[in-house]
Amino acid sequence: MTGNNRHLVEVRNLSVEFHTQDGTVQAVRNVSWHIDRGETLAILGESGSGKSVSSSALMGLIDIPPGRITSGEVLYRGEDLLKASYERQRELNGSKIAMIFQDTLAALNPVYPVGWQVAETFRAHGVGHKEADSRALELLERVELPNARARFNDYPHQFSGGQRQRIMIAMAIALDPDLLIADEPTTALDVSVQARILRLLKDLQRERGMGLLMITHDLGIVEGLADRVAVMNGGEIVETGPVGQVFNAPEHAYTRNLLNAVPGRQGFPASAPSDERRDTLIAVRELSKGYPSSSRSPVVMALDRVSFTLARGETLGVVGESGSGKSTLARTLLGLEKASNGTASYKDRDMLQPTSSDRTVLQRQIQMVFQDPTASLNPRMTVEEIISEPWAIHREILPKKDWKGRVGDLLEQVGLSREHAQRYPHQFSGGQRQRIAIARALALQPEVIICDEAVSSLDVSVQAQIIALLKSLKDEHGLSYIFIAHDLPVVRSFADRVLVMRKGQIVEQGRTEDLFTNPQHPYTRELLQSDPVLGGPVAA
Amino acid sequence: MSTIVTPGSRPNRSAVHRYLLLLWHDKFATAAVMFLLLVFFAALFGPALFESASNRINLLARNAPPLSFQHGWTFILGADSLGRSILLRLIVGAQNTMLLAASAVVCSLLVGSFLGFIAGYRNDWTSAVIMRVADVVMSFPSLLLALIVLYVLTPGIANVILVLAITRIPIYLRTTRAEVLEVRERTFVTAARIMGASPRRLIWRHIRPTVTPTLITIATLEFAFVMLSESSLSFLGLGIQPPAFTWGAMVAQGQSYLSTAWWVAFWPGVAITLTAMSLNLFANWLRIVGDPVQRWRLESRKKTS
Repeated sequence: MTGNNRHLVEVRNLSVEFHTQDGTVQAVRNVSWHIDRGETLAILGESGSGKSVSSSALMGLIDIPPGRITSGEVLYRGEDLLKASYERQRELNGSKIAMIFQDTLAALNPVYPVGWQVAETFRAHGVGHKEADSRALELLERVELPNARARFNDYPHQFSGGQRQRIMIAMAIALDPDLLIADEPTTALDVSVQARILRLLKDLQRERGMGLLMITHDLGIVEGLADRVAVMNGGEIVETGPVGQVFNAPEHAYTRNLLNAVPGRQGFPASAPSDERRDTLIAVRELSKGYPSSSRSPVVMALDRVSFTLARGETLGVVGESGSGKSTLARTLLGLEKASNGTASYKDRDMLQPTSSDRTVLQRQIQMVFQDPTASLNPRMTVEEIISEPWAIHREILPKKDWKGRVGDLLEQVGLSREHAQRYPHQFSGGQRQRIAIARALALQPEVIICDEAVSSLDVSVQAQIIALLKSLKDEHGLSYIFIAHDLPVVRSFADRVLVMRKGQIVEQGRTEDLFTNPQHPYTRELLQSDPVLGGPVAA
Repeated sequence: MSTIVTPGSRPNRSAVHRYLLLLWHDKFATAAVMFLLLVFFAALFGPALFESASNRINLLARNAPPLSFQHGWTFILGADSLGRSILLRLIVGAQNTMLLAASAVVCSLLVGSFLGFIAGYRNDWTSAVIMRVADVVMSFPSLLLALIVLYVLTPGIANVILVLAITRIPIYLRTTRAEVLEVRERTFVTAARIMGASPRRLIWRHIRPTVTPTLITIATLEFAFVMLSESSLSFLGLGIQPPAFTWGAMVAQGQSYLSTAWWVAFWPGVAITLTAMSLNLFANWLRIVGDPVQRWRLESRKKTS
């Protein structure tokens, strides 16, 4: 550590390839980066960019075969880990280099209490039982696990996602590692929880002086947390440097595109000026949905007296964290759940208990786009069968001989080509699949499309493309959207009006610009502050 | 994506040709299909051609050992205790065996999966009733049930089929119900429901294609089970009645000579095993071909070869 050129971890010219059915795939090419103690390096990239490969090589986690390291070295304090013995690698893993993952439920053993699992890290290194337990408790208290002493013997499933990530962090830092690798540690978490976990990571790093390697697709996290950033695309590092420099003056075209794609950085959408003149499509009043629970506790209200309207041509954003009832709202409006109270109408037709003729109208006029396009498209149907299914259900709309032509038209409208009709969903990328799902939603020429987290499983740049598509389709077809999301920047760049939901209630609603610049409810303010992209300007 | 061979990219080839090509790339499946064709033709034409020859008693050739041409080519697999050619009896017996096993399997498959779809899709009191009845059938040892039924009714091919079909219905029923319960909650089913698809369409277009591969695989395994169950019934004298016979009955008949003439029970046993295995390999191929996500396994082999 005395020499200037000796970094804590240094990766030099690493190239890794994988042998697959379709031939050899270059996962990363000539990747070089380094990290020192007390420093945070972020590797930023979209899915498939190879951002996790170099850290896997560092931990010795690349399966060989099918993987093959073709060139380069991975140095830990000057020692090449690619040449290190298996025993040496194991000695370093966990104690000197530790890692936390995205999926905490999978990473913790479901059959042991969490306290036992943290203490196991110590016991494995020869610490006595009593001592291990007390040090485990100390750690759990350090990572601010609420009520750590009482919950020491609880099992992983009894904790929330954020709490489990805290437990994972406790296990990772147990042996005082030099380097902590965090692979998308907060992707599955709500924004306010994410903000608290990131703050904890930052504090721990400062306290222990370890290096923090953050692997993420989220530019907001990079901006708020990292000192330096390496931007990866297609297996190569396209740009690297201090975060401020890279983000303010990006040199590579890919970085510029990525930064431009981030929602919420541009101005607000120009909302139509005269809201009063537009007619109301959907009116919801005092809608409630309670789930009967066990005899002891009271009824859980998934929706609690929700009232709002959707005007023609409007995009209504619904934001809230998981469990806030925003998906239940969509399911209730579509008749998948029975409401316990209240009314909902579409152009004066009852949506909650429609007559059979009304139901046909509703099924035609209100469509839905789901979060995960992989799950929402039947894998055994061709794209043509998927898109023409609405016509097969509502026979009167389009004669069968016209299906083929219309499918082609729809595919072109959503930015795919006619030849794609005979393929199956798995032959497309995530963004393309979502386009197919949107084409299916358009097939019946609806007036309203409900998007339930429709872009949240997609990469940032793809997200921007889908949002742009939704915007252009809206003008073309005179659509109205109910756009459900947990991602505030996306809603900010897309919605005309926003509802903020919490525990089944609407805590605030208003025009997007008003709500984001002048939030009234404390919960809205908290949400805005915890968002890594929006947080800055609000706090300032 | 452009590397994937899409159906229709070779318009000059017919569908039959394409499937034959896909079959050819799974060598095990090809062998299995060839064997099954052999069995099929034996079942179709065997009795017409060799009925009398297979019943001809030749006391000189009693328990003649296999792999010898001493008594002519028909005795290549040896002879049974009455000196009848085992090879010819296998060919002739194929008809009864296949008829019996196929009917029993198809009956229980159809009834079982139909009830399973109802139980899984409705998941209310009808489901409860269906499942409890299935439990009752399951809790009864199937052989005992068969004994009682066949004792009351007269033993004969139709009744044997009936008994074997009824005792195996719960297998399909329970599997189907479990799969349907899972598949109906998938997002693509919900998506179709929102569009207003009728229950019939949901089940037929979305749930059934997902569940079918599992059912086909179970059915091929059941095929062997049914053939062997029938042999136990024959052993107890309640199966198919002489002079009609099946492979199962041949196994049962050879049991008493196991120490002196093992081939009498061995060859019909081999026939049963090979048939069951071939069906299974064929079902496996069918599953891959029917699944668009898996089909590339066969197609990519086509490209490299």
